[in-house]
Amino acid sequence: MKKLIINLLTIGLAAVALTSGQAQEINIENTINVIGQTKPIPVALSGFTGEGAEVLKFDLMVQGFSFVTPDAAQYLINGSDAGIITGSLTDKFAKRVLLSRSYNGASLRRQAHAFADEIVMAITGKPGIAQLRGTTAKIAFKAQPSGYGPGEIYIADFDGHNAQRITSDNAIVAKPAWVPGRLALFYTSYALDNPDIFYHSLTTGQRRKIAGYSGLNTSAAVSPDGAKIAMVLSKSGSANIWVCDADGTHLKQITHGDEDSSPTWSPDGAWICFATKHNERRQLAKVPAGGGPVQYIRTTGASSPTEPDWSPDGKWIAFTSQMRDFNICVVPVDGSLPPAILAEGQNPSWAPNSRTLIFNRSLGYRQTLSVLDVFTKQDKDCARATGSSSQPAWAK
Amino acid sequence: MKMNQIVFPLALALAVTLTTTGCKHAPYKVTTIPGSQPGAVGDNGGPGTVGNGGTVGGEGGPGVGTGTGGGPTAGLDTFEGMIKDPAALAAYTIHFKFDSAAIKQTEEANISSVASALSASAGDKLLIEGNCDERGTEEYNRALGERRALAAREALTKAGVSPDRIRTISYGKDKPTDPGHDDAAWAKNRRDDFILLHPKAGV
Repeated sequence: MKKLIINLLTIGLAAVALTSGQAQEINIENTINVIGQTKPIPVALSGFTGEGAEVLKFDLMVQGFSFVTPDAAQYLINGSDAGIITGSLTDKFAKRVLLSRSYNGASLRRQAHAFADEIVMAITGKPGIAQLRGTTAKIAFKAQPSGYGPGEIYIADFDGHNAQRITSDNAIVAKPAWVPGRLALFYTSYALDNPDIFYHSLTTGQRRKIAGYSGLNTSAAVSPDGAKIAMVLSKSGSANIWVCDADGTHLKQITHGDEDSSPTWSPDGAWICFATKHNERRQLAKVPAGGGPVQYIRTTGASSPTEPDWSPDGKWIAFTSQMRDFNICVVPVDGSLPPAILAEGQNPSWAPNSRTLIFNRSLGYRQTLSVLDVFTKQDKDCARATGSSSQPAWAK
Repeated sequence: MKMNQIVFPLALALAVTLTTTGCKHAPYKVTTIPGSQPGAVGDNGGPGTVGNGGTVGGEGGPGVGTGTGGGPTAGLDTFEGMIKDPAALAAYTIHFKFDSAAIKQTEEANISSVASALSASAGDKLLIEGNCDERGTEEYNRALGERRALAAREALTKAGVSPDRIRTISYGKDKPTDPGHDDAAWAKNRRDDFILLHPKAGV
């Protein structure tokens, strides 16, 4: 049924292209988005030659736009990146200028990200993901000089540019997680010869250990309101999901399975999804954030699911499936559709738009960061740091 | 003649520009973006707002390096300052099957040897380091390494060692003994190392 709709839409699009005069009657964009099967919106870029072109292509491709010749385009983006970004957006079929912008201040990259967001808003009516709270959208990730062993936590723009080292532990570090709405992280570091969870303010540079119990303390996930932390502890004798307040107090064990890992919060804060083992099979499950009965999430066709990340709109779980390789998959939380297998890679983390993911994929025996639009399956690799980069987390 | 050859392409270029921009009167709306520090977190924050490598985490950095810092350390305090002796029990490293934390029958003799060593020296304690091969995701492997260490702790407890004398740590896939990428390397890396801990000097 879904396939049929897509095919009809494709035919519709072709018809529009042939008889552009009637375009306004058929509003095809955003009428349907099927994970992994949506057609990109064709745009043509002209006049941008340098960094501005690079930024616009990256930002728009990972939000479902494809770059084509002006003949084949639905929208035309024309402008310049000589010194500053100036540009216009024209709806070719409607013969209407949707945007006409010029930017000053900050860097050229920053201006281009701002223009990309305005283009996304003008065409889709939804906010773009290139900026967040007045700056280029940020990610946090771990970087290791070699593919294993000691590393540091970094932050960067979501396209990998402007990377900054946050720790200087020269120790194994893992799983950075942003505090929603704030420049602050939780992450795991072995700096004190034990996998401990730290809170780290990026505005003051101060950090504080919030979990350093006997055994494992890892995989911190911050609740949407920032008040609680879910994490994996093994202090009870097995690795389970625990929840505490953001300062580490009021600790409570939430799950009691044998092989629990990777907690992620539902956007309403009511549920925690995690990876576990049930009936001798690795599965995804969800549990009330205050504890309670566990419900399993169907991921038929994507075996050994791990590393779930709940989308900000609440509808989807992105996760890693371990088949022959690792694969990034997305499944509806209610299990109403089978998982879509989208790309080779691990550690998916949603952008605020609930359609773009950042993840890491293999490059030889190292890892590199990549950004994926789950609807069109288009992805772009981030600017590379040296060594291995993994476990990205998109700031929200 | 020459004039036409120049003017015509110019006119064409102008026409194309007008068509692509759509409206010759459309003024660019100017957006000013505050801040000029593309490297800084929060571009409008300027330099110094981000804890850079120098202010964060280094030896004695805020909250780091003290081992306490007010954070919870339940169960670990009694191990603080003990001296690691990796050589003493190196011969008793145990190995695991792929994606398994079950202690194989063939490894039980090594568990007994570790238990004997501990009963022979009452002041010593034990650190069990759980490790994985590189297959499996990072956090899954971190949990798997911990399960391997906990399985050995349970076996040692059954052999009469007090669990209070045992600390576990998982290195996941971050501490391979063989950095190779084949079956032989993986088999070596799926292991628990036993590190004897001696009391710190003068205790």
